[in-house]
Amino acid sequence: MAVGDKMKRVDAYEKVTCGAKYTSDLAPQGTLIAKVVRSTIANGLVKSFDLAEALKVPGVVKIVTCFDVPDICFPTSGHPWSVEEAHQDVADRKLLNRRVRIYGDDIAAVVAEDEVAAAKAARLIRVEYEEYEPVITVEQAMAEGAPAIHEEKPDNVLAHSSFKVGSGEFSKAAEEPGLCVLDTYYDTQTVQHCHIEVPVSFAYMEHDKIVVVSSTQIPHIVRRVTGQALGVPWGKVRVIKPYIGGGFGNKQEVLFEPLNAFLTTQVGGRPVKLELTREETLACTRVRHAIRFHIQAAVRKDGRLVARKFTAWSNQGGYASHGHAIVANAANMFKQLYQDEKVLESEAYTVYTNIASGGAMRGYGIPQSDFATECMIDDLAAMIGMDPLEFRLKNCMQEGYEDPHTHVVFLSYGLKQCMEKGRDAIRWEEKRRAYENQTGPVRRGVGMAIFCYKTGVYPISLETASCRMILNQDGSIQVQMGATEIGQGADTVFTQMAAQSTGITEDRIYIQTVQDTDVTPFDTGAYASRQTYVSGKALKKTGTLLKERILSYASYLLNMSAQVLDIENNLVVEAESRKPLLSMEELATEAFYSLDQAVHITAEVSNQCKENTFSSGACFAEIEVDIPLGKIRVLNIINVHDSGTLINPKLAEAQVHGGMSMGLGYALSEQLLYDKSGRPLNDNLLDYKLPTAMDTPDLHVDFVEIADPTGPFGNKALGEPPAIPVAPAIRNALLHATGVAVNSLPLEPQKLVEHFKKAGLI
Amino acid sequence: MYDIDKYVQAADVDDAVRALTADPKAVIISGGSDVLIKIREGKLAGCSLVSIHGIRELDGVKMEEDGTVVIGPCTVFSHITNNEIVRKHIPILGDAVDQAGGPQLRNIGTIGGNVCNGVTSADSASSLLTLNAVLKLCGPSGSRLVPLEEFYAGPGRTVREHDEVLTEIRITKDNYEGFGGHYIKYGKRQAMEIATLGCAVQVKLGEEKNTVEDLRLAYGVAAPTPIRCRRTEETVKGMPLTPKLADMLAEGALKEVMPRSSWRASREFRLQLVEELARRALAQAVCNAGGEIHA
Repeated sequence: MAVGDKMKRVDAYEKVTCGAKYTSDLAPQGTLIAKVVRSTIANGLVKSFDLAEALKVPGVVKIVTCFDVPDICFPTSGHPWSVEEAHQDVADRKLLNRRVRIYGDDIAAVVAEDEVAAAKAARLIRVEYEEYEPVITVEQAMAEGAPAIHEEKPDNVLAHSSFKVGSGEFSKAAEEPGLCVLDTYYDTQTVQHCHIEVPVSFAYMEHDKIVVVSSTQIPHIVRRVTGQALGVPWGKVRVIKPYIGGGFGNKQEVLFEPLNAFLTTQVGGRPVKLELTREETLACTRVRHAIRFHIQAAVRKDGRLVARKFTAWSNQGGYASHGHAIVANAANMFKQLYQDEKVLESEAYTVYTNIASGGAMRGYGIPQSDFATECMIDDLAAMIGMDPLEFRLKNCMQEGYEDPHTHVVFLSYGLKQCMEKGRDAIRWEEKRRAYENQTGPVRRGVGMAIFCYKTGVYPISLETASCRMILNQDGSIQVQMGATEIGQGADTVFTQMAAQSTGITEDRIYIQTVQDTDVTPFDTGAYASRQTYVSGKALKKTGTLLKERILSYASYLLNMSAQVLDIENNLVVEAESRKPLLSMEELATEAFYSLDQAVHITAEVSNQCKENTFSSGACFAEIEVDIPLGKIRVLNIINVHDSGTLINPKLAEAQVHGGMSMGLGYALSEQLLYDKSGRPLNDNLLDYKLPTAMDTPDLHVDFVEIADPTGPFGNKALGEPPAIPVAPAIRNALLHATGVAVNSLPLEPQKLVEHFKKAGLI
Repeated sequence: MYDIDKYVQAADVDDAVRALTADPKAVIISGGSDVLIKIREGKLAGCSLVSIHGIRELDGVKMEEDGTVVIGPCTVFSHITNNEIVRKHIPILGDAVDQAGGPQLRNIGTIGGNVCNGVTSADSASSLLTLNAVLKLCGPSGSRLVPLEEFYAGPGRTVREHDEVLTEIRITKDNYEGFGGHYIKYGKRQAMEIATLGCAVQVKLGEEKNTVEDLRLAYGVAAPTPIRCRRTEETVKGMPLTPKLADMLAEGALKEVMPRSSWRASREFRLQLVEELARRALAQAVCNAGGEIHA
């Protein structure tokens, strides 16, 4: 059995011995260094440059400015391209922008012989601007008379959407006598992915073809967008993706590859490397959208949710990127996780501002939505004096839930089992009682949160994935995936799946970790929680087809019907008796070199994913609050996930650890801050409080394994979900410990002290 | 790659002083954990460096005959923490510098650099202030002694002249013998952190271990420079170890500090910490001195 094994990562040895090569390791000797010149205003227009001093710096090869780039606007988000114009991503930026929309916008670029010369020249460039009033918050951007950040959106609203479930109106439904009505705001903050490897690429020309080697999650999309941005045929662009050091969605965005491609064309095709600093990564790439939620909810005293109204405003920042898809996703989860007896009204806005652009980040709007949803649940439970776990069990989505709009059905339902496992692990009833009536400066509490997550994007869009398998002369196989290994362990689980579907053992399966758009079959890349589900389907079909072809050749060699043959442990066996008949090695050698019938046995399949399903899970946290110091210490925390069959339990556990760590930072300390002019204040890892190992408690993980009928191997989403429920679980534990409801993230000390003072605890 | 114009490796202190005199714009580098960051950020890009790294006489901790502890400014944090003399006589300092940055930083960052930066958040500063540390500075016309409290000239500024090199951090016996001390660094993280507030208390108890004979209270980030709360210290001397002592100390401190609001933390929040940390540092310092505050 290959699927379900705790197989060691196929790249573990290379990664710990420095054998694995990353983008920067591969840049050839003599590669030129590019440095982006960034605006020092957040909103305005570049009037002119003075390059005189910069050009004098020894080692400077070329300086290009926003006046020198093609007059082409292009989209940057890593969505599959849509052939329908109405569904295409917003194209709202050029390679370098004259119209400045964020502090640190890309307005020029220096190419030099080394980093020092490039940085020096970039510092010496003088820029004259026409400045407009910077807009930082959604409120400012939507205020009367606010400057339009994009002229085609004069009110700064990139998009607005609404829906209703049930009939009537919230306001009417809430009038029912005896209801308790909650009407409040929940706010989530701007955070960044903080992947270890910063965005980096190098580009060079081979004859008239542009080659870009990049640390990206989405090589095929990078090829398309680079072609679009430069106005060159997409086939003239070749993108190579080596090992990458994490992305979390920030590299599901075409950030600097097009500019890098353009720069090499400006220096005669010489290789040019563009590597961002950590500061640039924090300030000028993508962030998780800050979303403000206005939640109104009416509940009966017996705990039945009657009606809700959801209004959300998503701070998009300067450029559209993934845009409205994020807050639309947030609204959907609010709808899916609980059902109202009468009506749910939902309205969502995505609003341009002058801060860093919101893009894809692990969970894609759901961590924000889950904070609002799960805070709401505990606040409602508190209003009617019901245990929050009981309240959830009463109102949460049930087995077989079907989304009224997308018609995605919850097939393999493990949500309640997750709650039960979490409850037992944290000793819920006992602790809820024990911490009921505390006094003193240090108090404890337990809290929980649940979530659901749809695995793929169907039917909103159709995802394709491809796989190619090639039989080698010795009976081993090559597996080529369009989907990418980005640190999550994709290559390992693909190897396990290939073993499962072909009968060839993992040690004879060579997965190609480097994607090269000239060679690799098409796949939109590693993002969402799609790899094992969407790309896994392509792999399973390919493996099945390869096996069929091998058996068909075996049938010719053995003069037996292929129907009675199978492959097991690298041997062709008689299906019924499992009697070995022929080794794969013998078969392959014959297939390659037969004097009678020589064939190269390969298989390639593109899969269209026309299915979807829900994952779910729960987080339970026990915390200790030091009231006078405003500090929360997590004493115990567990995530329980309903993610279908686990392909590799060890990797699954690691995935959950990483997500919980991200959730803890989101809950307690991380936040990108801006001053009034839109300048980021803490765009470095000293002041941006990513938790350290010292801040991280032991992370406990459990699973409810129910095979999903739509998953290729019973599996469903796990990549993003671990990051989702941690923040609201901790917030709810804080509520339990202190009785103080803090409705914004992060739960950082100064904010807590302010709340505790207001509540009379200090 | 770093943008560095000239680099002089000094052989000894005199050599360093000569190099600094010769280049009025040169910057001293030892561990480099501050200077290299400033070069990378562009603030010191293109600067000239005079390195005192590796000068033997500036490294290590020793005790003079009269019991004065002399700390070489090029001693890195981890060596201070693990030094026998420090552990035995001034453990508060070893604990304080063990809270700077992370392990890598503590293996390269030096106490002299921490002091000469002159920043209010320096992890060694509050403890050194409570130890009445005295600095020895050597310049072209000889050396001078400056009490640490008089060393700070403003945020990030000190009275050290451009061509002076810090050669010793001196702590006399009467400033550590019989004292129990405790430093609390308050940061938002447990590591890799700049202090939101630092508080050090050193206390010497009366013979019966139930009164305060001497007490020193110092803060980092409670004012533009690290400060001592001298008036408060005077008011609590002789007091019995009761909760009143903690109240007096915390309330007195509030009158002496001058924290400011910044995006990192508000004045109000820092005042809350000033009060709370005084109580907590006192309780632990008293305990370390062999006493206990009775309720």
